[in-house]
Amino acid sequence: MANVNLRKFLSENKIVALLIVVGLIWALFGYLTYNADTGVSGFLTARNFSNLLRQMAITGILAAAMVFVIVAGEIDLSVGSLLGLLGGIAAILDAVYGWPLAGTISFVLLAGAALGLMNGWLTAYLGIPSFIVTLGGQLAFRGAVLGLTGGITIAPVSPSLRYIGQGYLPGWLGNGCAVLLFLVLLVMAFRTRRKRLQHNLQVPTPVMEAVRLVVIALFILGFVLVLNSYQGIPVPVLMLLFVLGIFTIIAKGTVFGRYIYAVGSNSEATRLSGVNVNLVKMVVFGLMGLMAALAGITTTARLAAGTPSAGFGGELDAIASCFIGGTSMRGGVGSVIGALVGALIMASLDNGMSMLGVDTFWQQIIKGIILVIAVYLDIISSGVKRL
Amino acid sequence: MSEFLLEMKNISKSFSGVKALDGIHLQVRRGECVGLCGENGAGKSTLMKVLSAVYPYGTWEGEILWEGHELKASSIRETEKAGIAIIHQELMMVPHLSVAENIFLGSEISNHGFLDYDAMNARAQELLAKLNVHDINPALPVLNYSGGKQQLIEIAKALNKDAKLLILDEPTSALTATEIRTLLDLIKSLKAGGLACVYISHKLEEVAEISDTVTVIRDGTHIATRPISDLTTANIVTMMVGREMKNLYPKEEHAIGEVVLEAHNVSCWDVTNPDRKVVDDVSFQIRRGEILGIAGLVGAGRTELVSTLFGAYAGSHKGSVHLDGREITIRSPRDAVKAGICMVPEDRKRSGILPIIGVGHNMTISVLNRFAAFGLIDEHEELAQIQAEILRLKIKTADPMLPIASLSGGNQQKAVLSKMMLPDPRILILDEPTRGVDVGAKYEIYKLIFALAKAGVAVLMVSSELTEVLGISDRVLVIGEGRLRGDFVNDNLTQEHVLAAALGQSTQMA
Repeated sequence: MANVNLRKFLSENKIVALLIVVGLIWALFGYLTYNADTGVSGFLTARNFSNLLRQMAITGILAAAMVFVIVAGEIDLSVGSLLGLLGGIAAILDAVYGWPLAGTISFVLLAGAALGLMNGWLTAYLGIPSFIVTLGGQLAFRGAVLGLTGGITIAPVSPSLRYIGQGYLPGWLGNGCAVLLFLVLLVMAFRTRRKRLQHNLQVPTPVMEAVRLVVIALFILGFVLVLNSYQGIPVPVLMLLFVLGIFTIIAKGTVFGRYIYAVGSNSEATRLSGVNVNLVKMVVFGLMGLMAALAGITTTARLAAGTPSAGFGGELDAIASCFIGGTSMRGGVGSVIGALVGALIMASLDNGMSMLGVDTFWQQIIKGIILVIAVYLDIISSGVKRL
Repeated sequence: MSEFLLEMKNISKSFSGVKALDGIHLQVRRGECVGLCGENGAGKSTLMKVLSAVYPYGTWEGEILWEGHELKASSIRETEKAGIAIIHQELMMVPHLSVAENIFLGSEISNHGFLDYDAMNARAQELLAKLNVHDINPALPVLNYSGGKQQLIEIAKALNKDAKLLILDEPTSALTATEIRTLLDLIKSLKAGGLACVYISHKLEEVAEISDTVTVIRDGTHIATRPISDLTTANIVTMMVGREMKNLYPKEEHAIGEVVLEAHNVSCWDVTNPDRKVVDDVSFQIRRGEILGIAGLVGAGRTELVSTLFGAYAGSHKGSVHLDGREITIRSPRDAVKAGICMVPEDRKRSGILPIIGVGHNMTISVLNRFAAFGLIDEHEELAQIQAEILRLKIKTADPMLPIASLSGGNQQKAVLSKMMLPDPRILILDEPTRGVDVGAKYEIYKLIFALAKAGVAVLMVSSELTEVLGISDRVLVIGEGRLRGDFVNDNLTQEHVLAAALGQSTQMA
């Protein structure tokens, strides 16, 4: 019976199950990289934690938008190439034409959104399956970046652009952000409580609420303290957290977000309810393009150069993160936070195995196996077949 | 040999602590037809799943005796081998495979691993001939044939497996009147040949016609098993719902006002076959507070007609629609909802519900903007409205966030109705609003329809159940072969009258 309850709890709180997996992976690598002479394990240092988060930032940004695409019942195979193309454009505008940073960023974001909307238009309005449209996009965008860059690396990019990929927030600013975030959560908790009471809905006891807030506060505090003990919060990580916040709000709290899940659950019934299903799908692809642009800028900034192979295979990492994070292949189910924890699991495996000196080919084999196992565990833990 | 072909004794089955079946008995003699009646959710399907080993031996309690021996099947394959065949409500055919391929699916006739099509086609022809069916070509894909014909193909498939017991689960819910006739006659002749059957249906006239005994179950418990000669349909209904259903149609007086909607010369062409006209030049009008029933046989073009009005018809169509005397253009369901026209579609599963989404969120999907400022939903206001609706429509759900697919058909339908009532439509189109819904929920849906009419909503109801059309409509339109065949005020109107209009003139045309 306890077993059943645990299973029920985990299937209702998938995110807890995923975090337990993260904990296990970290414990394993912590044990394997333990150095008896120094008494520390290489994996579990503030420095490595910071690196790990920076490594997952780009995949995470893509995965956040990919969740919406998959939830809406579609797929986007073009984002890796799109990231490469947009990163290349950013590098050219910055390094060759010397555009100001704000100009470069706005142009690239607009271009990303436009290309994404184009994918969406072809899929939603012309009825070409998204698998085909974006497979075409994968080839075409990669071709475009090769043509634009002439196949060579564009460098060096300006220091201000580099900061986006390589910079850290000063400690005081990091602390400030943490305090601000906590205050926002606190205000929201009070507002929710008041509203629920106003509508005669059930509210948790004040003690439960307080415990929840204290746990959140400790989590935020720990996160910031660890990162500040190295160099501060990395800029890409801050962006990722920002994306996580915005996308979670879209998913849970907006009309548009509700429509995405409705379309994925039954697009015909959604259409007959008076929802413009085509527009919803197109905008979802637009958001995907926008995030590909953000990821492209960050990649160029991080490498301090535009390379024609940037983002190669990025779509697969993003899609794998979504599936590890509990997104359903059939659409209608998935969460942004789940996808990001999925990305964290993938990044942890990459990072830990590299640290142990595992050959790259083994890394790929292991990641592939983990993806399949993760989805299988999800299937048996939720007790229903997703396919 | 035992007296019974099948005896199910004291069958109980629980799902995570909730008893779905509690000590049910069911007995079937050779060559006998047992009608199994009960409201939706009473446990009929669960019982049949126990019998056919969808729930294998050991997952339920009780005993099944098959030809006198205990049956401990762990898979459908075993029960099929024993001679039990189920024909499900939703047909399990592979549309692109041929009739013969479907009949032999899983038991193909082969020659050294290669399919022997000639043998299969010949045998299929034989089987169909045994059913007195001569207009089905076994080599053609199943999708060429109507629901009724597919039903017959399913039976041929069951016969091929030497079935001794045929279970038919709501076999006629999508059939035309003629097809139903053919099916019932066929079952009678199979019965005479020694085949036993269990007939599950909400259509009690059919049950009464072909059953020898009737078993009624309610809330998972056995209520009664009696020979049909001791029963009337009214008795059966009373046993099913556990209370006297004095009046099936809670008629309420409602005032009829001025004309709100006029459709002029609406014609539609088939989606897959654009040369075939499915609706031919139909014009009608509907008034404020009026309940307009649209009767006709399945396939007469009624669904096409109403979905055209709602902007949801996929094929080409023409005609004009006037709202309050002004012509309006409706290109999509979105336009329709905006103009005050809502529709509850015919196929609830395919186009009504958002299955994995909560009941509550299903209900508010059309009116989300009402709770939102700058695109952000005020969840609490939304939840308050949802709970009010759940109370008002008596939707039975443990939690408004429970996926709608986990509810019974009647409750799902109520939620879909709520979804299309929340936008405060002026014209509400209901396409088969009570299909697959149990008697209790039906009654409540009728009450809602009358309440809407009272509030001045024009209700346009398509239904294949003539008693229902006559029971609640103020006026009845009869459609036959795409044409308007009659427009009657519902005053001493009889079923014969309506059927004659639907059929009679079509024979004149031929």
